Formats: sequence, structure tokens, C-alpha cells
Amino acid sequence: MAESHPGARRRPRGPILVIGGVATIAAAAITALLVNIFERKQEAKNPFFRVVELTDETTDPAVWGKNFPLQYDAYLRTLDQKRTRYGGSEALPKAPTEADPRSVVAQERLDEDPRLKTMWAGYPFSVDFRKKRGHAYMLEDQTYTQRVQDFKQPGTCIHCHASVYVAYKKAGGGDLIKGFEVFNRMPYAEARKSFTHPIACIDCHDPETMALRVTRPGFLEGIRALKASQGVKDYDVNTMATRQEMRSYVCGQCHVEYYFKGDEKRLTYPWAKGLRVDEIADYYDEIGYKDWIHADTGAPLLKAQHPEFEMWNQGIHARSGVACADCHMPYTRVGALKISDHDVRSPLLNINNACQTCHKWPEEELLARAEEIQERTVSLRNRAMDALMALIADIKAAREAGVSDAELETARRAQRRGQFYVDFVESENSNGFHAPQEAVRILGEAIDLFRQGQVSLRPLKAGPAPGARVRGG
Amino acid sequence: MRIRRATAVAALIVLGAAVGLGVYTFAYAKGWSYLTNDPKACANCHVMTEQYEGWLKGSHRSVAVCNDCHVPRDPAGKYYTKARNGFWHSFYFTTQSFHEPIRATPGSRKVTEAACRHCHAGIVQAMGTPAHAGSAEISCIRCHGSVGHMELSATSVATDSR
Repeated sequence: MAESHPGARRRPRGPILVIGGVATIAAAAITALLVNIFERKQEAKNPFFRVVELTDETTDPAVWGKNFPLQYDAYLRTLDQKRTRYGGSEALPKAPTEADPRSVVAQERLDEDPRLKTMWAGYPFSVDFRKKRGHAYMLEDQTYTQRVQDFKQPGTCIHCHASVYVAYKKAGGGDLIKGFEVFNRMPYAEARKSFTHPIACIDCHDPETMALRVTRPGFLEGIRALKASQGVKDYDVNTMATRQEMRSYVCGQCHVEYYFKGDEKRLTYPWAKGLRVDEIADYYDEIGYKDWIHADTGAPLLKAQHPEFEMWNQGIHARSGVACADCHMPYTRVGALKISDHDVRSPLLNINNACQTCHKWPEEELLARAEEIQERTVSLRNRAMDALMALIADIKAAREAGVSDAELETARRAQRRGQFYVDFVESENSNGFHAPQEAVRILGEAIDLFRQGQVSLRPLKAGPAPGARVRGG
Repeated sequence: MRIRRATAVAALIVLGAAVGLGVYTFAYAKGWSYLTNDPKACANCHVMTEQYEGWLKGSHRSVAVCNDCHVPRDPAGKYYTKARNGFWHSFYFTTQSFHEPIRATPGSRKVTEAACRHCHAGIVQAMGTPAHAGSAEISCIRCHGSVGHMELSATSVATDSR
């Protein structure tokens, strides 16, 4: 039989085997697909599992992280040190000492640009000023900077460098503002003992609903003063702001210009006249505030502090309703879920999610646009710094030559305002991007102020030099 | 003979399992919904949720559904496009390998461009100078890209007060 039909057995069996084999592979593939679809459906169905109870006293972000592992994972990534062309930080190794046990730090800005030392002569910033690192480092970097180690600082500083909400409330016997006042009056070293975490979930989120909320007294009071100047009485940010506004306000709790008011060192945001640099400078002039007296010139000066919120407010993104979180914490997809990226960082490190949602251009094009803005700002900032150095040198020389305080008055006022303007752009963390035209306007006006200051120091032979009048003085 | 029969039975069982699994998976993944015109189908796998919600808030929601702008009008082209996009969308979503934010391919843009010009034929004809007609440079969606569904998270929530 086998001889007379050589292929009889094989012929029918071949296709069956092939069909069986293909069907096996297909069944396996379909099962894999089914499981995949199932997983995605589960992801979409359960945005989170409540495995721990969160209360209004849960400061430790690791506990929140049990309910929200995706957000927590991203939050932990703020430990990464990355550079952009003009911003960001590099992880530099450092020999740990007893006073400063950090083994990694960011670049020392005073070495990169020694003009800063002259600009801040007589002020702690002229001793140590490093590039900012991610949120994860805020408490550590504040604790060990020489500005805090070698100088007496008030407990007020902790307001923005730790998760303060729970400790403030405890210290105030349940009253947040009272607790804020308690810590403002303490020396920093003493206040520091009550805090263990850098910014944590509870600083921006309601533990019940996860809704955004403002917990830092500085902003609660600052935005109330700003709204009052716009005719809105008794503004309460937590009940009166829209959801989209809150996506900027929670960041504005700290990324702002501020000063310590009076002997109680109350943290105050100088917004009672408005958010623009000239409105802030006017406010300081009106209350006669100064941060320090310049060592070389004797001018009563102001130190600008990271005014990101104020600068962003002057830009086109703010005007178009784009919030801080839209670019710095853009929505990111994890499987079938969409969450906001809690690895808060420069949008230039995340251009597709941060920019391309609105700007349909290739990543290289968007990066080039941003860097062009930053390049222009940085180059004009360098010119303004040179102009400031020239004014400082002139005032110093005039002072040493015995020129009277009255005759130095105009030049000193020019330094006070102009230097605050330059510092406003220098200390702002976007190299002009948050409001390009505003940044360049500020630098342009600063250069003009320095020019006026220098003109006022010329030998007054043929009457006052034209234009030697300092605005806002 | 016995071996052959056993092989055939095994193959049939496996085949049946594959078909059964396939049918179940198709049903579980709401496969039939892709044959309908319902915009909800496009947001089945949640990747298009943003577009779907944008469309719900957009001006076109009362006059056009996803298919009106994203598949051609002729039946052959319609089902060919559905099949092709369906396959590739599933492939990229399953393997989780696609550009984010999602971008329309040149082919999809063409389909949408044709849809704009079909419904708005009146105004297109009124603008029909030689320079505009069929020009690759001048396209409706180049400027009106967000009329179908606003995807701007900012603008879509900026007006909602909580």
C-alpha cells in the first residue's frame, strides 16, 4: 500500500499539521492580545487604588505614593540633574565635609560669572550661589548653602524649602497662619528641626479629593494683596480661583519675588501694586525697604528672588491661559491612563509633551525657537551686567575721592533700581523665555538706568547732564 | 490512519480554540463598534479620549462625527481606510510605540482636507482662484486644524470654573 501510493499518507497530513500549527500560533497571539486589551481596560477603569488612608496630617510623600505610584515615581525623578543649553544643573562631585555632607552639588554661579560677586558685594549671595537643582534637593541645598551656614537667617526661609503645611498647623494649634508666624520668628537652625521632607504631595493637594489647593501663607496673603489692588476684596484663592488658575497658583506659592517684612520677619510677596518689576520696585521704594547696603557703593539695595510667577504673568503663554503645569507637568500617557507628569522639569527636556500639544512643529524647530529667545536674553543680560560693573566702579571711585552722599544719591538710586531689574532677569529661571519682550524691556531699562547713574557722576561743569534723572526715585 | 485522525482532531481543537478566542476577543474589544459611525468607538482604547472630548466641546459636534472628516466618503475608500487605520492604530497602541502627541499622517490629512472641501464647497469655490485650487501649500486644516476637536488642554479648561 505504501509502495503503490507513496504520498498517500503525507499528502493529507501536511495541511492538517500546517493548519494546526498556524491555529496554535494564532490562538497564542490572540490570547496575548486579549490579555493586553484586558490590562489596558483595567488601567482605564481604575485610575487609582486607595490602599492607605490619607489625612490632612500625612506629610510623607511615600505614603501618598502607595495610592498614586505613577505620580510618586515621577516625583522621585526630580533627583535627576540635567542641563539645558542655558539652564539646569550639572551633578558635580564634591568632597563631603562635616559642615556640608553633600557629595554632589550643582555649579557655583559665582565662579562662572565673577561679576555676580561684585553685584552682591556685602550680601550673603556674594559668598555662595549655585545653580538650582530639582525639587528633591530643595531642603538639603538650603540647609547646607553657606548663605545659611555662615550667616544668621530667620526661620521664615523654611516656608518654601520644606513641606511645611502640617508642621505650621501644629505649631499654630491648628491655625496655619499662626504657625507660620511662630516659625518666622525663630532662627533658621531651630526652625529646621521641625521639617523632614522637601515639597510633598500635601503642599499642593487636598488629601480627600486630590484637588489642587494653596497651603503656603505667603501666597495666600500675597495673592489677596494683588487682587485687592485690582478691586477684588477678601480674595480666597482656595475657593475663588478656577482649576486652570490653580495649576499656576500652586507653583506661584514659591516661585516668586519676596521679602521679610519687619522685625517679625514675616514672609511677604510685594504685589500690592502689581506683578511687574517696576510696580514691585515702586512698592519697595514706597515702604523704604532694603535688603542690604552695597559694600563698594553704599547704595541701599534689593535682591530679586526667582520671580518666575511674576515674569510668566507678563508673557504670551499666561495671556493665552497656559498654566505652569501645562508645560512643566504636561499630561503624559501611561498605558491607557493619562496623568500629569510629576517630574517637574524644564519643558526643553520634554518638548513633545510640553510644547507639541499646541505647537505642531518638529522638536528641533521648537528647541531652536526657545534657545534663540534665551540666547538673546543672556547676551543682553551680559551687557547689562557690564554696564552695572561700570556704574559700581564709578560710584566706588567717586566715594573714595570724597564725593558727598548727597552727590552720590542719583547714582545710588540708579544702581538700586537698575540692579534690581538685572537681578529680576538673572534670578528668574527661564532666561527670558517666560516673557521674552518683558525680559528684554527690563534689561534695556536697566542699562539706561546705569547710563543715567554714570552721567550723574560726571563733573558738573555745564549744568546737569541731560537725562540725568532717575525714574521712580 | 489512527495517527492521521488524531492529528486532524488536534488541529481542529486548536483551530476551534483560535476561532473561539478570536471571536471572544473581538467582542471583548468591542470590535463591532468599529463598523458603526459612533464617535465613542474611536475613544474605545482611551488614546483618543482627548480628541473625543475636544470634539464634544467643538463647533463641529452637531454636524459631523469622526468618520465624516477622517474617512473618505466613497464606500470602498471608507472601509479600506477603516481597515488600514484600524490595523495600524491597534498595532501601535498594543506595542505602545507611537509619537506623542498623536499626529495625523499625510494620508489622513488628505482625507480630512477633502472632507472640509466637500462640506464647505460653497466657500471653497468662492475662494477658488487658480492659486488656491489644489494647491499643496494652501490647505484648510493648516489654519483651522482645531475646529474639529480642540486639543488644547489650556483652552478647553480655561473657562470652566470649578
